[in-house]
Amino acid sequence: MNHLGFDIEKLKIGSFDFTCCEGCQLQLANKESTLPEFLALLDIRNFREISSERLDDYDIALVEGSITRQDEVERLKAIRAQAKVLVAYGTCACFGGMNAQKNKFPKEECIRTVYGDKQIDTMQESHKISDFVTVDYSIPGCPVNKEEVERIVVSIATRSPIALPKYPVCVECKQRLNTCLFDLGEVCLGPISRAGCDAVCPSGKTVCLGCRGPADGINYDSFVQLVKDKELSTDEMNEKLAFYNGFTEYLNHEG
Amino acid sequence: MKVDFNIDIHHLPRVEGHGDIRISVKDGKLADAKWAVVETPRFFEVMVKGLSAERVPFLTSRICGICSISHSLASIRSLERAMQITPPETARIIRLLAMHGETLQSHALHLFFLAAPDFAGTPSAVPLLQSHPEVVEAGLMLKELGNELSIATTGRATHPVSLVLGGVSKAPSKQRLAEIKQMIADRKPMLDKATEFFKTLTIPDFVRETEFISLYDGESYPYIGGDLVTTDGVRRDENDYLAMTNEYTVDFSTSKFTKVSRESSAAGALARFNNNYDLLHPQAKAAAEAFGLKPVCHNPFMNNVAQLVECHHLVADAEEIIDRLLDDDLKDIKADYKPRAGAATGAVEAPRGVLYHYMETDESGKVVKGDCIIPTTQNNANIHYDLHALAEQSLAQGKSEKEVEKLCEMLVRSYDPCISCSVH
Repeated sequence: MNHLGFDIEKLKIGSFDFTCCEGCQLQLANKESTLPEFLALLDIRNFREISSERLDDYDIALVEGSITRQDEVERLKAIRAQAKVLVAYGTCACFGGMNAQKNKFPKEECIRTVYGDKQIDTMQESHKISDFVTVDYSIPGCPVNKEEVERIVVSIATRSPIALPKYPVCVECKQRLNTCLFDLGEVCLGPISRAGCDAVCPSGKTVCLGCRGPADGINYDSFVQLVKDKELSTDEMNEKLAFYNGFTEYLNHEG
Repeated sequence: MKVDFNIDIHHLPRVEGHGDIRISVKDGKLADAKWAVVETPRFFEVMVKGLSAERVPFLTSRICGICSISHSLASIRSLERAMQITPPETARIIRLLAMHGETLQSHALHLFFLAAPDFAGTPSAVPLLQSHPEVVEAGLMLKELGNELSIATTGRATHPVSLVLGGVSKAPSKQRLAEIKQMIADRKPMLDKATEFFKTLTIPDFVRETEFISLYDGESYPYIGGDLVTTDGVRRDENDYLAMTNEYTVDFSTSKFTKVSRESSAAGALARFNNNYDLLHPQAKAAAEAFGLKPVCHNPFMNNVAQLVECHHLVADAEEIIDRLLDDDLKDIKADYKPRAGAATGAVEAPRGVLYHYMETDESGKVVKGDCIIPTTQNNANIHYDLHALAEQSLAQGKSEKEVEKLCEMLVRSYDPCISCSVH
């Protein structure tokens, strides 16, 4: 593979899934028009969802999903031991994700509701992977945005610096000339959530639920004040803030 | 020859989610065959408790990364029926087009990238890029077409943005619809070419009679809502979903098993085909004929062919739906509603078969109880008993351990299981 006259080694990559819907891995096979070029950057060593070949000599591990059972911790640690670079891939891996909405219910109630008397092994909480291993990079999103994934994979391949947008979703939303959803009477998390999704939800006229977590240096108190000034529901705001588990530190502040 | 061996496939590859195949042969005879799902549960039925109804489809779509539109629409349908909301006709058509996009994307992913390598004898579709570039390209172009339909109608290919209670929050642009119509015209020949390729593949000869379940309304090939029917003659109202599932747990699986009139039943493309053959688009019927596929077919490997036949139906029907939308002003897309207490089932035909969401709301519009029964859950028992029968048949035919293993893997893949979805 040649890039600007330099030879680039293919990235030996593994893709792994834990407790999740596997929708983020599926994005790797989307954006079909650039798929052959994208795949040309990769030497896929281990990707159970699309290949029966399972090799353990990968350098980069994409890890999707949250951790909810002890055997997942052992599997995750083995991946960490092998990978030179471990990427938390998607909102579940980065924050625990919407899976964490079960955290507020006792696990006995969860098991009884779904399985009755059957014994089920599960943790009380849905954990982000950094609770157990060191994470080198995070790509949040529910699902991840393939364009951002392409950009980051190219950056890794060309050894360029990697950064997520620091600014909030509102910036991208304004660039797309959308009507502000606050002006339509809705609580939207765009002002405090990290951009990089091209404001896909507000552009479809539904509110941002903060799947990419907080932007850098947000003014949370001012956001809460905005909701109150507009006489919108703080209960609704809290339901939205808890949706992907990305705002736990702020929710705890609020009490 | 008396042989002893164990087949233990941990985390079967090229399927969504984590399931194991366990087969044990002693003295040349089958001792045990199991379909064991080991996926971690996420407890969606608990998570919906206390959540605002309008937020529920955004939660439940995350049950599945492949059929998120189906989950979103199953929740929406159950909540709209529970709260007596009638979505406008235009929204109903946009939703149907979204379903078509999802099913096309899902079938293309399965046929070309998960199943085809089995027939070609390769570990993945990547080597097929060299050996059969035109087939892989057709697969990619059809998958992209499905995704483009979903993006135009819901804002995103996975986890829809604009499917909401009451209708849709945003209509697709006419310009985009016209572009996709052209895309369909351009890509139809690719589907025909791919069909020729699939005709050259040998479908394993295996039959175990079962009961096929699907939606049916007698008017159109089923996608959103309808009566619940089986090939054994059962017909029930959409709200009677529990009588169609009879869920039970088994000690070797975190995903439940279900049944209707027999020890197992099957959902999916072949089930829809078997129950709704007359309602298929003529172009799809012609494709079925070319494969000799007729209802009622009891060979589970033919589910692959049924998916291909459905691709023909989806593409032809999508063209007609787009024409209807191009003649519509696309303004009346969302009904106003007030929260109210109620309970109802929403049934849709997800790519892998009939999917039920049941929701109960209180007066404030919060969900107090939820239940989701997934197509793959309804296939678990069928897969399990099929494995048993297939392994026995293969041993009687003197097949080797490797041959039995490959056939069993192919069998499970033919169901296109969505395992994390089935455990949810």
